[in-house]
Amino acid sequence: MKTFKLIAAAALVSGFLGGVAHAQHSHALPTPPRIEWSFAGPFGKFDKTQLQRGFKVYQEVCASCHSVNLLAFRNLGQAGGPGFSQGQVKALAATFKIKDGPNDAGDMFEREGRPADRWPSPFPNKQAAAAANGGALPPDFSVIAKARTYARDFPWFLVDMFTQYQEHGVDYLSALLNGYSDDTHGVEVPAGKYYNMYFPGNIIAMPKPLNDGQVEYVKGADGRPQVPETVDQYSKDVSAFLMWVAEPHLEKRKETGFKAIAFLIVLAGLLYFTKKKIWARIEDHHAHA
Amino acid sequence: MSGHSTYVPKSAIGRWFESRLPIMGLIHSSFVVFPNPRNLNYYWTFGGILAFMLVSQILTGVVLAMHYVANVDLAFNSVEHIMRDVNYGWMLRYLHANGASMFFVAVYVHIARGLYYGSYKEPREVLWILGVIIFLLMMATAFMGYVLPWGQMSFWGATVITNLFSALPVVGETIVTYLWGGFSVGNPTLNRFFSLHYLLPFMIAGVVVLHVWALHVPGSNNPAGIDKKTDKDTLPFHPYFTVKDAFAVVCFLIFFCWFAFYIPNYLGHADNYIEANAAVTPAHIVPEWYFLPFYAILRAVPDKLLGVLAMFGSIAILVFLPWLDSSKVRSGSYRPAFQVFFWVFVANAIVLGWLGGKPPEGLYVHASRLCTLYYFAYFIVVLPLLGKFERTRPLPASIAEAVLGTSGSASAMAGSVAASPNTKG
Repeated sequence: MKTFKLIAAAALVSGFLGGVAHAQHSHALPTPPRIEWSFAGPFGKFDKTQLQRGFKVYQEVCASCHSVNLLAFRNLGQAGGPGFSQGQVKALAATFKIKDGPNDAGDMFEREGRPADRWPSPFPNKQAAAAANGGALPPDFSVIAKARTYARDFPWFLVDMFTQYQEHGVDYLSALLNGYSDDTHGVEVPAGKYYNMYFPGNIIAMPKPLNDGQVEYVKGADGRPQVPETVDQYSKDVSAFLMWVAEPHLEKRKETGFKAIAFLIVLAGLLYFTKKKIWARIEDHHAHA
Repeated sequence: MSGHSTYVPKSAIGRWFESRLPIMGLIHSSFVVFPNPRNLNYYWTFGGILAFMLVSQILTGVVLAMHYVANVDLAFNSVEHIMRDVNYGWMLRYLHANGASMFFVAVYVHIARGLYYGSYKEPREVLWILGVIIFLLMMATAFMGYVLPWGQMSFWGATVITNLFSALPVVGETIVTYLWGGFSVGNPTLNRFFSLHYLLPFMIAGVVVLHVWALHVPGSNNPAGIDKKTDKDTLPFHPYFTVKDAFAVVCFLIFFCWFAFYIPNYLGHADNYIEANAAVTPAHIVPEWYFLPFYAILRAVPDKLLGVLAMFGSIAILVFLPWLDSSKVRSGSYRPAFQVFFWVFVANAIVLGWLGGKPPEGLYVHASRLCTLYYFAYFIVVLPLLGKFERTRPLPASIAEAVLGTSGSASAMAGSVAASPNTKG
């Protein structure tokens, strides 16, 4: 098939050009460990404190390279999210300088950020982002939790339909952040690239982003952090945050789904008995015939 | 549409209107007093479910179109705008995207029911062919709809599928250029796909009207596969089948909501949350699940043109089915040998779907070839010959007898109605 050969060739070429190794199907990757997420299942809800911690990790670590173009400051104060107050959102937005304009004189100008502004991108454009990162473009984080997954083969993909396992993306992201090691398991890693056991192809352009103790979490009343300040915890927190960014109405969706299905089950029950009653008429009809 | 034309408007205005446009009488004769075989089982509710899904898709789609922008630079983010900022936009979009899948779930059950009970046979050939046309229109609509979010799978799916037409001799390249509106998949492609994606559902609705019209000439087939003869064989559409269909639609909606609200991305592809990029090809280009059996047939054939012909042929062959099946017995219930071939056909189609999602290499290709062979053999070899050799079970004398048992006495009738699986469904 010409088309597929062409596409396969294009895939190879783009793999070299992009400087990012593409998924190689023949190379089996380990399955990301399954994490118990608070937002999984039919009654799932985000853990607000986890989202706040994850936001802190994003802001202090990831945000220097990864944009999150679709996230507005106001989103951080919306229901079903990290639950920042309007005042906090305003104050946070005000710490950013936003380029605006042109004004009446035709000039571009900088102003303080407002809650309605989107999160400013760390780079002026994709080319600049790639150039600053050894030719590899750091992907935007707006929907990355839904844009990443790992393969679930038969019969597991069928089981997922019933168990509502939908957290492949966050499990993968969390695993990826824990997937760095000095032992490359025989994989030849070019200079400027890194080994990651969960990344398709095992060679990733992003250096290990997180280290233990790197981000300081808010302390509890006893002066100690509420959760361990470890790579493992950072990974979970930032992945949960990215899930919320990708699906800000997740809580509302599951709540609505429960109401809709509960209503439909009751309606189906009523219709079932209505149907039975109506169809019972033909029995009577013939009995009297 | 036929049926008893017994409608008499009760009001003076009703009579005035009816004598000028007898549309209430048409509705009355088609959906109120229309005599349906009394033995229809729940597989016959999928026609109603499909009508419901078509309306649902059009309603959610029209609202989505108010917010969507068909431009390569804006489409992806406009979908995300719907997901984030439009009131209940996430719900509309998930209902629409999953609704397409549900539409295909229902249509595959509907088609399988027709195949099993011989609903395509004389005198319902035109009804069946109209159904094949609806199926084709659905596929075109769904394919173009999947392109609109302009994700990676949208873009590359569009590239692969439109490229198929280039295999056609002489006219191929021209067709592809017209599909693209240029020399590659780009903004003109997206614009015309959006336009057609909006148009085709209304064409489907038009053919559905013809489909129902053609249905109401002979009336529905039924699990016994025999014609209705007396009034005892039938029940009026309303209230018996309206309430049965309503119950079935609500049950189907529960299934639909499970997907739309709890696992909305289960049937989609993660790569489609990455914006389209002509410079980066996804590792695997996979169409939506409902195209996978046909995609497997396409890839099973080592030659591009023949592969394309096999793929389109796998649907086109359905048009000839009424004349390929030589059996005079309609319902598979009375054809033991047929049942074996039929269920193998169903399993074969599911396996083809699974193979369509696998990379075209090694054993998968060989398995695809075997399954493709059986798919076509079922229509070209099995059905034409089976009718000549098989031993069928004796048919009941009437639909009433199929439901109520052979005695036909009033008391026996009353007893067996309650016991019959057909009326309880």
